[in-house]
This record gives sequence, C-alpha cells and structure tokens, in this order.
Amino acid sequence: MPNSQLTPGVAPGRLTAEIYARNFSDVAPPLDDHEARVAADRCYFCYDAPCVTACPTSIDIPLFIRQISTGTADAAAMTIFHQNILGGICARVCPTENLCEGACVRETAEGKPVQIGALQRYATDGLMDQGEHPFRRGTPTGRRIAVIGAGPAGLAAAHRLAAKGHDVTLFDARTKPGGLNEYGIASYKAPGHFAEREVDWVMAIGGITLETGRALGRDLSLDQLRRDYDAVFLGLGLQGVNALNAPGEQRGNVLDAVDFIRDLRQADDLASLPIGRDVVVIGGGMTAVDAAVQARLLGAQNVTIVYRRGQERMGASRHEQDHATSSGVRIICNAIPVAIHGNGTVREVEFAHTTDGPGGIEDTGERFRLPADQLFRAIGQRLSGAPEGLALEGGKIAVTGPGRTSLPGIWAGGDCAAGGDDLTVTAVAEGRDAAEDIHAQLMGA
Amino acid sequence: MADLRSNFIRIKSPNPFWLASAPPTDKEINVRRAFEAGWGGVVWKALGSEGPPVVNVNGPRYGVVYGADRRVLGINNIELITDRPLEVNLREIKSVRRDYPDRALIISLMVPCDEESWKAILKQIEDTGADGVELNFGCPHGMAERGMGSAVGQVPEYIEMVTRWVKTHSRMPCIVKLTPNITDVRKPAEAAMRGGADAVSLINTINSITSVDLDLFAPQPTIDGKGSHGGYCGPAVKPIALNMVAEIARSAETRGLPISGIGGVTTWRDAAEFMALGAGTVQVCTAAMTYGFKVVQEMITGLRDYLDSHDMQMSDLIGRAVPNVTDWQYLNLNYTTKAQINQDLCIKCGRCYAACEDTSHQAINMGQSRTFTVDDEECVACNLCVDVCPVDDCITMRELPPGDTDPRTGRVIGGYQNWTTHPNNPMSTAAE
Repeated sequence: MPNSQLTPGVAPGRLTAEIYARNFSDVAPPLDDHEARVAADRCYFCYDAPCVTACPTSIDIPLFIRQISTGTADAAAMTIFHQNILGGICARVCPTENLCEGACVRETAEGKPVQIGALQRYATDGLMDQGEHPFRRGTPTGRRIAVIGAGPAGLAAAHRLAAKGHDVTLFDARTKPGGLNEYGIASYKAPGHFAEREVDWVMAIGGITLETGRALGRDLSLDQLRRDYDAVFLGLGLQGVNALNAPGEQRGNVLDAVDFIRDLRQADDLASLPIGRDVVVIGGGMTAVDAAVQARLLGAQNVTIVYRRGQERMGASRHEQDHATSSGVRIICNAIPVAIHGNGTVREVEFAHTTDGPGGIEDTGERFRLPADQLFRAIGQRLSGAPEGLALEGGKIAVTGPGRTSLPGIWAGGDCAAGGDDLTVTAVAEGRDAAEDIHAQLMGA
Repeated sequence: MADLRSNFIRIKSPNPFWLASAPPTDKEINVRRAFEAGWGGVVWKALGSEGPPVVNVNGPRYGVVYGADRRVLGINNIELITDRPLEVNLREIKSVRRDYPDRALIISLMVPCDEESWKAILKQIEDTGADGVELNFGCPHGMAERGMGSAVGQVPEYIEMVTRWVKTHSRMPCIVKLTPNITDVRKPAEAAMRGGADAVSLINTINSITSVDLDLFAPQPTIDGKGSHGGYCGPAVKPIALNMVAEIARSAETRGLPISGIGGVTTWRDAAEFMALGAGTVQVCTAAMTYGFKVVQEMITGLRDYLDSHDMQMSDLIGRAVPNVTDWQYLNLNYTTKAQINQDLCIKCGRCYAACEDTSHQAINMGQSRTFTVDDEECVACNLCVDVCPVDDCITMRELPPGDTDPRTGRVIGGYQNWTTHPNNPMSTAAE
C-alpha cells in the first residue's frame, strides 16, 4: 500500500505525482504583459524614491518601472542589471515587503505597494529569456583575480570584474555554482532550474573560469591564491550550523534545515524524499519558513515552527510568515526546546514557554511537548573554516569600506563578511562594490 | 428631488443627456437600446442626400489615446456620415419616434451646399415626426473635402446662408453644430444666430492624429499603409470644449443663444460643468462607445444628487458659472494664496518637490525624513504642486487674509487691482 499523509514515521511518496508538481510549481507566477503595464502604471515616479534607498543594490526602481510602462522592458532590465546582475533571483527571493515595497509610498497611502518585485522579474525574465548576454567586457587588463565562492556575492564580484576586463577564476567548494541560490532557497521560489540558468547567463559575459569542487582550506590556500592572483575576493557564505544545545540533539532525524532544503533542491524525484508525518522546525528566519513550508508540500501532516521570541521579532518577513501559515504550518512563538525525546530517533520535542524580557529570554517554567518524526534546526548559520590570518568580527570576516579585509589584496563580501543582513541582495551589492574597489586599486584609478 | 426634465428650444426630453450624432446613433437598433438604457435624447447620425450613400473605409476607423490601465482618454475617427440609404434611416426614425414619443429625437443633416438639397431633405425629416434638426457643419474629414461638414463650418457666411435656408423651409427647431477647427468659435456662432439658428451645439471633433505606427511610419488608424487626420473626441477634448462653450455663453453678441454642450462628457460632473457654463443639454458619444449605454444611469443619479445637495434645480445650474468667466486682465492681482502641505496626509513621494524645484519656483523644501514644506517667501501660488500630488487634498492653497503681508513680495494683501490699472502696465488707466 502506498504511503499517504497519515503514514506514521518518516516516509517518502506521501503524495501523488500531480500534487508534488502542483506544490512545487512557481509560488508567484510571472506577470503577463498586461498585468505588468497595469502594475507599472501605479508607480508615482517619486523624487529621490524611498524604494531606491531601501534597495541594498540601489536599483533605480522608478526608472525601470517607467521603462516597463512605456513598453521598453529590455531597457528596464538593463537599468536593473547595471546595479544588480542577479536581479532575476533577487526578484524572486528578496523580502520586498521589508525593502523596496515596504518603503513604497503607495504602501503608506493604501497599504498596497507597487509590485516592484514582480515587475523586476517581468523585466529581467524578458531579457534573460532572449538568451544573449547584454554586457560586453572591457579592454583586457591582464590582471587575474580569484573569487572564492560562486554564490550571490562571488557571482556579482566575478561579473563586475570580468566586465572591467580582468580575468577571473571563480572557485566553489560544491559541485554546482550558485551558492544559496542553488542550494539554499525553497524550490517553489525559483523553479525550472532558474539558479542554474542564471549562473550560465551571468558567466556568458566571458572572462570567468569556473572551478567547482575546490574548497578553501582543503584544495586552496589563501597564501597560494595571493601569490597566484592579483587580488582575491572571498564570498564563502556560511557553512556552519548553530546547534540547539538541548539534550537529545544527537538522536536520529534531528537535521539541519539547510541540508533538507539543499537535498530537496537537488532531488530529481520529489516522491523519493522521505518526510515525517509530524515535523518540527526550530527557528524564525527564512530558512525555517522554507523548510517548514516545503515539509508541508512534501506531504507532512503536521508542521510546526517554534521560535524563541515573539512573532514580531521573527527574521522571516510577515509575507513569509503568512505564506507559512496559509500553507498549513503552525507557528508557535516564545518557546525553546529543552529536550529531544525518543528511542534512537526523535519522537517528541519538549519545549519551555518563554518570555522575552529586558533581561533576555526567560523560562516561564511551563512545558509542552510536540510529536516529531523529524526535527529541523534553523537557528542560524555561522562562518566555519575562515582562513588563518584574517581578522574576524562577531565570528565573521572583518571588513572596512567596500569589503577590504585586514589583509591587503583580499576582499570579502556576502554572508561571510561582518555587517550586512544575510540577504542575497546585500551579498550582490557587496560583491559588486568590492569588485569596483579591486578594480580601482589594481588600475590605480 | 431635482427635476431633470429638459425643454431645450421646445425639444422636450426626460433628462438633458443626449447621445451625439455619431456611430452610436446610426441605426434603429442602437437608438432603441439607448432609449431603453435611459438616454433622454438622441441626435441621429448625420444623414446625407438621397442616392447612393457614402462609403466608409474597410480598415480601422478609430485611433485611441490611453491613460493608465488602457483607460480611454481620447478617440479619433475617420468615419463619415451614415453609409446607409436615406430611406432606410427615415423608416427607422419613424419607427423609433412612434415607440418613444417622450424622448428627444433630433436628426443630424449634412447635404450639399445648395438650397434645393436642404429643402428636399427637410421635408422628409418633418415627415418622420422628429423633434428637430442639427446641421452638421463640423466633421473634419472626408465630407469637408466635398464641400460639406467643416468646410461649411469654417466659413461663417456659409453657416448663415445654410441656416437661413433651413429656417426658411422648415419650422423645426434648428441646432447648428460647430467645428472647433477654427480660431474664434464666436464667429461661426454669431453667423448661426444671424441665420436664425435656435441653438448651437459644440464642439464637433478636433482635427487630430492620435498616434504614429513606429514600424509602418504611418498615422493610426492606418489604412493600407496610409493614415488621414481624424476627428478627436473623448475626455481629452473636454477642456477645449468647455472654453468654447464659455466663449459663446459670455459673448455679448451670442449671449442667451441656447447651447447643447459636447466634448468629453463622461460623468455627471462633466455634464454639470458644461451646464454651469451655459449648456442646456449635453451630448455624449465617447463615454457610451467606451462603456456602453448604461453610463447614462450614473449621469442621471449623479446630477440629481448634486442638484439636491445644493438645493438647486437645473435652471439654477445652467449658466451659473458664466458671470465668473472673465479675461485675464480682470483677474485680481492682489488676491494671494500659498500652498500648504498636510503632513498627516503626505505620503512623501516628493513629486511636489521635483515639480517645484525642477520646473517652478524652488518653494518646497525637503527636510529630514522626507518632510516637504512650503517656503512662503518663494511660493508664487502656481498650484503645480497641488496638480501633481497624488493624494486628494494633501496640498491645498491657503488664501492670505486682507492685512497680511505676502512674505514673497512684501506687499500687504487686500483690495482689488487688475492688470488694466496696474502700474507696470504701460496701457494702464489707473483711477486717480
């Protein structure tokens, strides 16, 4: 008998093929031409627009929306790509309600912002679908630059450096480039191998040599890179996962949400992925939401996110939270795991109700338990294996200005660098700005 | 409740909303649907003389100008007068007349510029029982090249001559429809009056090219690679129409001449504005073509509510704004206002700032947290900030009370002085 949502324990194939396909299709289908024109018409073309200020990559949003409204979506796409070469993925994954759309004056006026993210996707998809890379490389400089990490920061840096005429070698520890875009976001946000297609499209500028399966500290050393290249950019991301530090954490089926998300993204057949009937996710960020929602979409009967503070403190945007709850995920706030019970594998998680007072999180003494066939940790990631010799700050690589590390000739950006807010769009901005700084230093501008 | 029944030059209708002579009034089926929907009257699409009817193009007849969300702001057309045989139209007019005796039924006419042609058709129109005729001296395309339509309407002497023929050979009320494609609309109106016209209607459509196809390099609508100017109408032409109506309403020569207002009437408010400037009835086409005949229902309820809320009857409204239309030189130069921004309503879009800083008088300051404030020392009260602000009533013009000093000019507010008495006017006739 095939498995169903009611099958106890952890089991694959809980749903039919049609339901898997539907569940993991595009969560926000693209605007068609008419929808885009109507949405674009709502933009007020603000002076010194708040949405631009709110965008970490400072895309000229009123301009690109006006270009859409006048029927020149390709020009709109170029306005976006000049600032943010990964404008395609950002249009899909940016928490726009906290960024551009949150700042939109129509949010103030009507509680209904201009659909900036959807419009950005409309423009960028249109240009990318034409298959031709729109940027040309500058005159070759003969300079060689190593970019470590082919995630958002590394890709943005590599593209900008290649555009300046430098020769870039782009290293990544994994088998595929893309970083978080490829491995770390929910499938329904970028279906159709979008992250992969985007990397190919970015690389099409030329001048970038990709070397995958090459990890810093294992296959590469910083010293060697400094000798071989004129400059090095580190866009390592975060590999380490924070632990719960609750007794029983070593039990089976206590997993890292990022691994679950990664495996799901890379799966050829969703029906082959086992998922618990009862799933608990610990955390309050976008990773927690991505894991929880996808657990539901894979057929889990009961999925609960448990977050240690109040809902207003959750890292996941309100839109993300609503997406979770409308997908059937329950969100419990002000609770921390105190014990993971089970016999070999997890069966139940015990929580303490907490209050978030001036002295931090306090245990109220009240306890409750949730049944759990699987427990996903999503309480943040940290930098692991930072190369020796680099000054750190708050556990991340310390940087000044446009990503300059404590060592000359080495820049860093994205999640591995101190500061920033661990967003794809911020990583893109940091990679881009570091590239400009590298170029300026190398060329003596 | 306000009574919307209209008696315009002896033509009675249950409301002042008529459909203009245009495609919506070309056939019995259309007119019946219009009357069922509630239109007070119809000006039947212009009839020509007996004989083979005109032919229309078989490609697109309309060009359009859109606002946001494909909202129709203006349409131009290259359609001619009715392309159906005269006898068919006459038969249908009789049929409609019989079934809708309470509605205004006016027949638009455009026949060659000779007395016999007009005499012949007038007899036939009288036989239908129609309420009156409207002389189409306005169509700017197709017929003008044949010596009709605006070719007549642009020559006041012809207007007078033809109008006189009509009044000589018929006792029906006669409305002369005026073309806006002239420099001074009062001249044709005066000519119509001299010829004995009972009323004028205006405006007919405006010569226009709505757009150019940037692949074909031809005006739109494009017929086999070519385009011709058409007649422009719809909300976009309303300001032009209002001015022309007002010019006739306030001119000493034409004062009191009944006017049927035409040009972009889309809502009750548009209609009320035409009426305030002197129109006794309004005629509508583009709104009906865009939304269907049902729009008249909003016009009826809207005008009635407006009149009731102001405790007015239609007769109180018609012409009420005419005395307040004057020439620039009589505007009070001592009247002073300043823009003020309601910070609670402001959504901080900065459009007022861009407009003022880039294109006007640098009178809006942008402060901390995008707070926009007016600098009274620079504000000339141009009103542009009000116009570009997307929020209703967020920016308003504040009238400075008499006795206050305008911080921009240092002049004390009060009194009345216009350009004719202003010291800067070399022609001034200052009263001693």
